[in-house]
Order: sequence, then C-alpha cells, then structure tokens
Amino acid sequence: MFDVGKVRRDFPILDLEVNGKPLVYLDSAATSQKPRKVINTVSRYYRKYNANTHSGVYRIAEEATEAYLKSKKKVAKFINASGIEEIIYTRNTTESINLVALTWAEQNIKRGDRILISELEHHSNIVPWIMLAKKKGATLDYIALNKEKTALDDASIEEQIAKRPALVAITQCSNVLGTIVDVKRITEMAHRVGAKVLVDGAQSAPHMKVDMRYIDCDFFAFSGHKMLAPMGIGVLYGKRDILEEMPPFLGGGDMIKTVSRQEFTFNELPWKFEAGTPFVEGGVALGAAVDYLKKLRMESVREHEKALTKYALEKLSGVKGVEIFGLPARDIDRRGGVVAFDVIGVHPHDVATIFDQEGVAIRAGHHCAMPLVVDVLRKPALSRMSFYIYNNESDVDRAIEAIAAVKRKFKISDTLKLQV
Amino acid sequence: MSTDIYAEEIVAHYEHPHNKGKLDGADAQFHDFNPLCGDDLTIYLKIIDGKIVDAHFDGTGCAISVGSASMLTDLIKGKSIKELEKMGVADVVDMLGIEPGPARLKCATLSLKAAQKALFVYMKKDSSSVSKEL
Repeated sequence: MFDVGKVRRDFPILDLEVNGKPLVYLDSAATSQKPRKVINTVSRYYRKYNANTHSGVYRIAEEATEAYLKSKKKVAKFINASGIEEIIYTRNTTESINLVALTWAEQNIKRGDRILISELEHHSNIVPWIMLAKKKGATLDYIALNKEKTALDDASIEEQIAKRPALVAITQCSNVLGTIVDVKRITEMAHRVGAKVLVDGAQSAPHMKVDMRYIDCDFFAFSGHKMLAPMGIGVLYGKRDILEEMPPFLGGGDMIKTVSRQEFTFNELPWKFEAGTPFVEGGVALGAAVDYLKKLRMESVREHEKALTKYALEKLSGVKGVEIFGLPARDIDRRGGVVAFDVIGVHPHDVATIFDQEGVAIRAGHHCAMPLVVDVLRKPALSRMSFYIYNNESDVDRAIEAIAAVKRKFKISDTLKLQV
Repeated sequence: MSTDIYAEEIVAHYEHPHNKGKLDGADAQFHDFNPLCGDDLTIYLKIIDGKIVDAHFDGTGCAISVGSASMLTDLIKGKSIKELEKMGVADVVDMLGIEPGPARLKCATLSLKAAQKALFVYMKKDSSSVSKEL
C-alpha cells in the first residue's frame, strides 16, 4: 500500500519553511527532491570508498568500480534493458539526446532525409535536431497537436510517418501538458517505414513503468535528477546492435582499449561512450534512487500521481478565472502529474512569485518548450504545478489558496466569468 | 519600505499604466525583450535641449515589468540625458520601494535598460555601454 505520509518523512527538505510557511514543492517536473536514502548514499560514498573507477587495484577503487557497475545493473533492470551494455551514463537527458545526434545521426542522416519530432517536445529534443538538420541538409518535421491542443493528432502521426522519416524522436510525456504519448504504437509505425526511434523519457521514467523490450524503441533518454538522484547523472539506453555500430562520442580515457601515437581502439559497450572520469557517486546514487522507487513499485507511483492529478484538475476547474491546459480529468489514463494553468489577467511570473510568498514552489515560463507554449498554445508563458511521490492533496489545497492570494492582490473578483 | 512587491502601487500601475502607447514624433526609441518572462517593451523618448520632455512605453509583460515601465516613464520626465544615463538598479529599487529579488530584478529593470539603450542610439553611442548591472 502506497503511504504518502511515510514517503514524505523520507524527504528532509519537506521540513523546510519558506516565508514562514511549510514548503509545498510542486516543481518535480523540473527536478525531484531527494530522499534520505539517496543523500546518505552520496555521503557514504565520500566517507567510505571514494576512488577513481576502472583503473585502481586497491580495495576502495575496486569498491567504487563495483558500486558503479552495480548501479548500471539496477538501471538496466529498472527499464528492462537486456544488459548493462545498453546503459550509457551521461549528464542528463539533453546530453543523451545530443549523444545520439552527434554519433548515430552524424553517421546515418543524409542530405534530404527527414527527422520527425512533435509539437510536444522540450527544447532538448528540438534543438539538437535543428542543429543536425542544418548541418546535414535534412528536413525537420513536426507531428501536430489535435484541434483541442491537448494531445498529438492521430491523422498527423499517420501523415508524417508516411513521409518515411529516417529518425523519429518523441517524448513519452509532455513536460507542459502532461500528455502521455503512446510511444509503443509510434515505434511500431516508425519501424515499419524503416525509421529509428528515440524516446525522450525525462518525464516518464520517474513516474511510470517503462519497459525497453515492450516499447522496442532504439534509444531512450532520461535524467537521474528527476527521479530522486543527483543532478549530473543521466542515462541513454540504446539497443546493443545499434550501439555496436555507432562511432564513439567523446574521446579520452576510459572509452579506449589501446592508444598509439596515431591510432586508438575503443572500449567495449557501454564504456565506449563514457570518456573521462565519470560521475561515479551520481551513478551509485541513481542506483539507490532506483531501489527506492522499486520498493514503492512504479505501478503504485503512477496510481498515486493519477489520483492526485485528478484531484488537482477537479479542484482547479472549480476556480473561476483559471484556464487549465491539457487533457481533462476523464482522460487521466493518458495524463501524467503535470498541470499547466493560467490565471486570466495575471502574468505567470507574477503568479509564481505570489505562490512563493505563500510557500508554494511552482514553475512559470515557457518551460523550455517554446514551439508548444508560444506557437501552438499562443501564450508568452504558463504556470505549472507538477507532482511526485511526496505530494499530497493538502499540497494541492495550498496551491488553490495561493491562487486566491493572486486574485486578491490583482483584485480579480471570484465572480469573474471566464471568457474563452 | 514595503515587503511585498505586489503592494498596491505596482498592481495599480500594471492595471492602469501611465504613458502607455506609442509616442508620435519620438526622438529616441528602443525595443527590448526579457526571455525569462517574455516581457516585450518599447520605450519612446522625446528629447529637447538635452532634456527628456516626454516618455512613453508600449508592449506586454508581467506586473513588475509593466508597473516599473509605467513608474519609470513618470520618473524620467524632466530629467536631463545625463541624469537618465546615470540611473541604475538602486534608482529602480527606490522607485518601486522594494527589492524585487534576484529572480525578478530583470523584469524591474527592463524599462530602464531600454530607455538607456534608446538614449545611446539617439546619441549614436554603442548601446553595449549600458550600465552592466542592468
């Protein structure tokens, strides 16, 4: 049984007071808070076995190497990859995607090829492809949103994939709308036309069960810091046979087998893609984060967030003068724990500053998704609350109270009719 | 000093901004953008004998940037070019009666930055010589 009260006690930061009020943290889509287990893992690493990996023959170096390797085994199992050869550590989702753009795509994308992304993407899954398309003379296409602007349009998916892209790079969950994309279906369709598929799992891997062999995508990118681990550790999953064929990414120590004056041979997977001293403590802490999430069960994590998101959508829809974005509560099965909203007549940055005065941390801005927010939703910025395992209904209630404070300060009457 | 940036005054200026709209026959103007909030402001200045005789702004933004632009255009009317050139963050904080905090300072100073850039263009100086702290 998922016990949010028990989970909350594992997160020391939740004892914090902000502006004299207990902190309500509703920005987990930006980064998650860390449980004591992860904090202690990092601290224990420094106190008990800090040493460089792979090269040391002394005891603590062996311990560090072993712990780093073990974390990869945990991550491989967590996403159901076939082994650690498929788990490359990076700094974050952005670096994972760039790694694919600068190696696989560099080798395989040719002039005139099509790269397909969607209007839901975060800048991290847009900009590397703009850069690549410009460099290679390739075309960048977008799957469009439906007319309600809540999810990808099915006809647009069909139409774009029929153009036979060489690569489809798509998010599994939007960081703005919270919309969950059926990436298994898109992967099937893309594979039928011979495209490779990269899934941006930054907003999905922390919140739901993700299974590489079920989705069958070729690449899957996610960040440790959004799933309880430190900032600076990220993951790129890639299918083994594809990774074998890819050129290396950065050159340096660890990624090589031998080096002569003019030549080098590269190391085996996954080390071929990890040049230089890695973020060992980050990797080890990611392993601890995975242990923590597995103990909670990802199915329960998802159920908890679904219930909370539904609660938030229902509460928010009762507040006059607030516009809510994304799928409605009845489609909660296709919606992650992200709720973007707009208090009509008040700029989102003013909303977020007043929330902060009330001790409630939310994000305001374009959420690193300008094509979606500015071009499609036609807003300069949006306010967003996002949930994780430690949030409860009382957090949502505090957010609703903060909206009332916004309206008081901007003298917006509660009887104002929403004009849409 | 007030402790709440959303004290009555700034919200009042946001809702009923002074000097809003294009200024016909402006001698200097500058359009600036704050990517954080998406604030988008143009400042217009009318200058006679080295004096700001009128100042307007146009555009959209958050309450802090629009409120500040409204207050600033009031404040700089009658000032000399030299006085406007010398203004900095401290003057904006004085004008608002509150320190906006690091995250929102750029919103508060956007209009002054644009006004100084307008001035530099007018005087054919390099606009990169705008006070670095803005």
